[in-house]
Amino acid sequence: MSLKKFATIDANEAAARIAHKVNEVIAIYPITPASPMGEWADQWSAEGEKNIWGAIPHVIEMQSEGGAAGAVHGSLQTGALTTTFTASQGLLLMLPNMYKIAGELTSTVFHIAARSVAAQALSIFGDHSDVMAARQTGFAMLASNSVQEAMDMALISTAATLKSRVPFLHFFDGFRTSHEINKIELIDNDTIRTMIDDQMVQNHRQRGLSPDRPVVRGTAQNPDVFFQARESVNRFYEACPDIVQQEMDQFAELTGRQYHLFDYYGAPDAERIIILIGSAAETAVETAEYLVEQGEKVGVVVVRLYRPFATEAFLKILPASTRSIAVLDRTKEPGATGEPLLLDVTSAIFDGVSQGKTAFSALPKIVGGRYGLSSKEFTPAMIKTIFDELQKEKPKSRFTMGIVDDVTHLSLPWDPAYNIERNDTTRAVFYGLGADGTVGANKNTIKIIGEGTDLFAQGYFVYDSKKSGAVTVSHLRFGPRPIRATYLIEKANFVACHQFSFIERYDVLRMAAPDATFLLNSPYDAEETWARLPHSMQETIINNNLSFYIVDGYKLAREVGLGRRINTIMQTCFFALSGVLPQDEAIAAIKKAIYKTYRKRGQLIVDQNNAAVDQALSHLIQVDVPAAASSNFERPPIIPDTAPEFIQSVTARIIEGLGDSLPVSALPIDGTYPTGTTQWEKRNISTEIPVWDSDICIQCGKCVFVCPHSVIRMKVFDPETVGEMPETFKTAKARYKEFPDMQFSLQVAPEDCTGCTLCVTACPVKNKKQPKFKAINMAPQAPLREPEKENWEFFETIPELPRDQLKLNQVKYSQLIDPLFEFSGACAGCGETPYLSLFSRLFGDRSVVANATGCSSIYGGNLPTTPWAKNDDGRGPAWSNSLFEDNAEFGLGMRAALDQRVDYAHTLVESLREVIGEPLATSLLATEQANEEEIAQQRERVETLKSLLQDKIKATSNGHAASMEQLLSLADVLVKKNVWIVGGDGWAYDIGYGGLDHALASGRNINILVMDTEVYSNTGGQMSKATPRGAVAKFAAAGKPLGKKDLAMQAISYGNVYVARIAFGANDAQTIKAFIEAESYDGPSLIIAYSHCIAHGYDLKFGIDQQKAAVMTGYWPLYRYDPRRTENEQNPFQLDSRPPRKNLEEYIYNEGRYRMLKQKNPQAAAELLKLAKADLAKQWQTVEDLAN
Amino acid sequence: MNLTTNYLGLSLKNPVVPSSSPLMRDLGHMKEMEDAGAAALVLHSLFEEEINQESHVLDRYLSEGADSFAEALSYFPEAETYAGIGPDGYLRHIEKAKKALDIPIIASLNGVSTGGWIRYAKEIEAAGADALEVNLYYIPTDLELTSIEVELLYLNVLHDLKKHIKLPIAFKLNPFFSATANFCYRLVNAGVDGLVMFNRFYQPDLDLEALEVIPNLVLSQSSELRLPLRWIAILYGRVDVDFGLTTGIHNAQDVLKSIAAGANVAMLTSELLQKGIGRISDILTNMEEWLEVNEYEDIDQLRGSLSQLNCGAPAAFERANYLKAVKSYVI
Repeated sequence: MSLKKFATIDANEAAARIAHKVNEVIAIYPITPASPMGEWADQWSAEGEKNIWGAIPHVIEMQSEGGAAGAVHGSLQTGALTTTFTASQGLLLMLPNMYKIAGELTSTVFHIAARSVAAQALSIFGDHSDVMAARQTGFAMLASNSVQEAMDMALISTAATLKSRVPFLHFFDGFRTSHEINKIELIDNDTIRTMIDDQMVQNHRQRGLSPDRPVVRGTAQNPDVFFQARESVNRFYEACPDIVQQEMDQFAELTGRQYHLFDYYGAPDAERIIILIGSAAETAVETAEYLVEQGEKVGVVVVRLYRPFATEAFLKILPASTRSIAVLDRTKEPGATGEPLLLDVTSAIFDGVSQGKTAFSALPKIVGGRYGLSSKEFTPAMIKTIFDELQKEKPKSRFTMGIVDDVTHLSLPWDPAYNIERNDTTRAVFYGLGADGTVGANKNTIKIIGEGTDLFAQGYFVYDSKKSGAVTVSHLRFGPRPIRATYLIEKANFVACHQFSFIERYDVLRMAAPDATFLLNSPYDAEETWARLPHSMQETIINNNLSFYIVDGYKLAREVGLGRRINTIMQTCFFALSGVLPQDEAIAAIKKAIYKTYRKRGQLIVDQNNAAVDQALSHLIQVDVPAAASSNFERPPIIPDTAPEFIQSVTARIIEGLGDSLPVSALPIDGTYPTGTTQWEKRNISTEIPVWDSDICIQCGKCVFVCPHSVIRMKVFDPETVGEMPETFKTAKARYKEFPDMQFSLQVAPEDCTGCTLCVTACPVKNKKQPKFKAINMAPQAPLREPEKENWEFFETIPELPRDQLKLNQVKYSQLIDPLFEFSGACAGCGETPYLSLFSRLFGDRSVVANATGCSSIYGGNLPTTPWAKNDDGRGPAWSNSLFEDNAEFGLGMRAALDQRVDYAHTLVESLREVIGEPLATSLLATEQANEEEIAQQRERVETLKSLLQDKIKATSNGHAASMEQLLSLADVLVKKNVWIVGGDGWAYDIGYGGLDHALASGRNINILVMDTEVYSNTGGQMSKATPRGAVAKFAAAGKPLGKKDLAMQAISYGNVYVARIAFGANDAQTIKAFIEAESYDGPSLIIAYSHCIAHGYDLKFGIDQQKAAVMTGYWPLYRYDPRRTENEQNPFQLDSRPPRKNLEEYIYNEGRYRMLKQKNPQAAAELLKLAKADLAKQWQTVEDLAN
Repeated sequence: MNLTTNYLGLSLKNPVVPSSSPLMRDLGHMKEMEDAGAAALVLHSLFEEEINQESHVLDRYLSEGADSFAEALSYFPEAETYAGIGPDGYLRHIEKAKKALDIPIIASLNGVSTGGWIRYAKEIEAAGADALEVNLYYIPTDLELTSIEVELLYLNVLHDLKKHIKLPIAFKLNPFFSATANFCYRLVNAGVDGLVMFNRFYQPDLDLEALEVIPNLVLSQSSELRLPLRWIAILYGRVDVDFGLTTGIHNAQDVLKSIAAGANVAMLTSELLQKGIGRISDILTNMEEWLEVNEYEDIDQLRGSLSQLNCGAPAAFERANYLKAVKSYVI
């Protein structure tokens, strides 16, 4: 072991460590993948960690990135060293302030985990489209290409900004670098102190605004001077590169790590050069060095300081032998002659050649390529392909790399088998479930190896886009030299599959190298395990000479009390099989890591994990691999062959993990996808599913209502009208007085259940003989899967009763309508989705949905499959997501469009009254469409109108034809259309609040549903203004000191807004009532819906109980404010819940978010509880006063 | 009047000791008890099961959903420490109580594992408790488990504790042993310093409307005094051990009866929960009055005077007592 201090951390932590040391104020707002930087900073400040001057930085969470930038600007202007962290749209929201900050020559560094900017779709993954959109702001731009550099450049950029006065964007690639864990050398405080010149700090402070030396900054200027003033900063930009280089040199003296504005790697006499920025440079350099060893004349220029672009330094670094250059951009600028770096390089070389400043006299060939958008893989094979392309007489001038473009044919083909990874690197791939702790254990493994040995270690983790049953793939590398491979493992020496069920869904041995070790968590013995492997898998094991081991991780985990967490068991087996460390050392290191990770949670947890480690190896069994494959089955098709063509050819590939292979032509050009696709993705993630007891069921519909994934359905039908029922299909006599002779059935979609058991909690009926059983009970899925699949398929063929025959304002009737939101990827037991499911039943056939970014836009719109569906008539919610911050405005725009089109359609109907005919025209215009019956009638009228218009248009040659064409294209808007504006509290209370307020004040007929989880759930539980007093959340580690914003009362204050506060678990009837009233109200409506959430810290099967408790304590009063009631001189405010009859403690201390504070700081918890109780009393007084 | 008594090697100013209850979680309440005249306090129990449960819950909500979804790799900020997890809070409470109060503090431990008993007992000793009351709150529901095995479980715990700590140890027993006298005798031979009779199990109730079993805590009444009274009276003088009588102590008469049966201390909680901590001083005053009126020299004179050994009708404590009582009812 060397004496240098190493740590295995990711780039977010690396950058944040420096940022926290060299700043005084940190303004933050969560956004993936930059959120962890803010979370680290907040945690360190909360723990009293000091900066290099001995002060604790103030961390302030803002309501948006725009707000964070404003706060940064203000703090800087008042003389504090200030920073922020962001990405993607967040950076774009900061742009206006960035111009100001740069224009005022203010020293600061913004640390960016670079991420795609949403275009045809949102993507949380990495590319440079965000930072490149900021290149014109006047910020300098310094890139880090690795975890080590993220720490180094964070410091260099801070030193440089203080000296140059030019503000800096310090950026690294989102996920690939921000989330890669790598062994890096830490920078000690002495080095930081030496790098940061205190005189410069004082100068910065001195420039801050102070009434003791008053100035005016931020004037408005006129044409006479603005231009000159703008040019006055030039010399600072001219000086900036040299300053950066000086800081890099000083840094090198202190640490031994030398960087330059541009670094060249490769042959000194290289003829072919690749120029690029970011993490891909690591791979490019590694590949170039490999190729140079093979005798190729290639080189790579790594751009570190992109702005200001130091042309002279750049030209100096290019070898005289340069003949052809490929400039690679990780962004796309449609319509441009080239992407930004290409244009800069081209311009610099052109200038250089024309002014004789280059080592070469002839202009080299320069081509530009795009690669790696949204973290698309970029591998050595691709680098080699580009070098090969540069060897051609006429290389492709504009190309893409890493995809197959079969439309514009820009892509270059590469050889996927090409591999340069060295034999001295161990490469291990682990397939796990999010819930089994695989990733956490692998993070510990990297730390054990990285910090406990001289080996270098790297870990990168791939997650799928589901929040329940999420699959994780961990890619770990270890070796004697620094690991620079910034791409996924392609050939692994070790493959572990921690879930047996994966072998029927994925080709888990796809990455296994010959002679690799394969470890499978199997509940079966060796013989049965082998027999249960698909034929091709058996062949792979035999043909590739894999060593095959099994361990029954779940059995052992259960035995030692760890439930389903098999992480330490699998980790121990990995160490034993990989031989990375001697066995005794490995076990000691694992136990040390267990102690470090779990000691805070109690000795028991440590003991249980240690027991798992101690017993793991005795459960590890090597399977004797037979000479020939013997099984007679293969993995079942990922999608049934009855699915539509698009699902078969595109969606199925994505589900299978083969989306990378889809060509450009396979994908929609404008981000438009079919709805109702989750029905094709059968995930089988639950080991138990609900089973209906038809004998005791009272057919109340509550289990159907609460099911977060809409897997429980019920129908009333005439048995004569359906075909032959499957043998095990269950029915009961319908308990609906309107349908006396009909049958009732309740059916579960067996492959879509997530096993949350909310349905069982909601069921009000108990078996009298054995009250432990209800009318719906959980049972093992495996034996039920096939019969219930058959039952489900039959159930789907049963027709729905006509909507206008159902009293949709009652739970048991409303649930007879199929939901148009089904099988989402939301968390098991999600508290939001039952609202969406209900809404889709009630109004889905006539609604447009504007969905704010957040949980609901991810489980609602993340590929491969999406849950918004359509009914048998082909109607269903039309859904779109614009941004996080603008959702209310987005929805308001939808309403404006619909209103305008309705007005125009009415005008056309009026003008064509004679053509259409009097009765039809009048009825088309006169109907209020106030209920299902009237809506159904209007649908018929519109169909009649359309048919009539089609006939007349053919037969008409007069001047009405154009109007008729117009009306025909608009006719559908004559049927009532709703706009539902949907999102979470992060949007409604914080970032989108201004827009939401404006939309409410518009008076337009919009319906806003706020699913209030009281934190930013999607980004991992950060505090919002909906977070209640005393709850622990990220950015409120000490418990939120202030109370929750009362959004409902703010909306009520307008007087003309329908407002409801609901909680389906407490009162489902009131919930339905609120939805129906909101929809029927011809004006703005706001529903605030209590939504239990995984970020509340308890088993969500108790979500309903917690909703009840929230209402019973008075924490969440149920009410409706309906402005229409004033017309009848009634009180518009109706209180729907009874006075508090439970102590607040009985509600809050069932939840981890509150208990955590009690566990951390009981005194603070007691004080906040007291204040929270006072809040409750005041709130109850207010609602009672309003009700009376 | 001299009310001093000895219990577990501790010299107490009187025999009134508030028993283990949630009241002991609050230092303010404890101080009030001392001020009202309590001679010692038995702290609320350190429940190993509760500690384990808290650990599991904390571990669960910190792990649930973590490292599963790219945008949310965790849902809670990790704290450096959780003071409420593990025995630390309890141990600090002992330390604070010892600093704030002058009367002895008897810790109470309710364990589930061999390791837990020893580890926590050692920590309790190190935290400064004056004695340890062991509460084996255990319902033997296993059809295969014999009474011998049950008794051995207790004896093994005692054996382990005696090996590792020097604190005086009292066992709080339940009244359901098939051979209570013999079992107590064996405990005493194994070195127990005190026997506390008897533990009251929370008896669950049934909710016929909800078809549920519901936990139900019913406070004790004076009539419940009879059971411990009888057994202490039977054992007094026959086994060399201190007795604490608990269950059914509500007034001075109850305390005096306890002493007369042979108890060293009388323990109470229900009375304090119902009528307030101030009841301690009432009881003490009334005791003194009674002893004075009845011309006792000190309370020691009363101790064991109505035990089976010393009373005029020793058979009254045995089966005949039951028969006589039944016969006394006339239908």
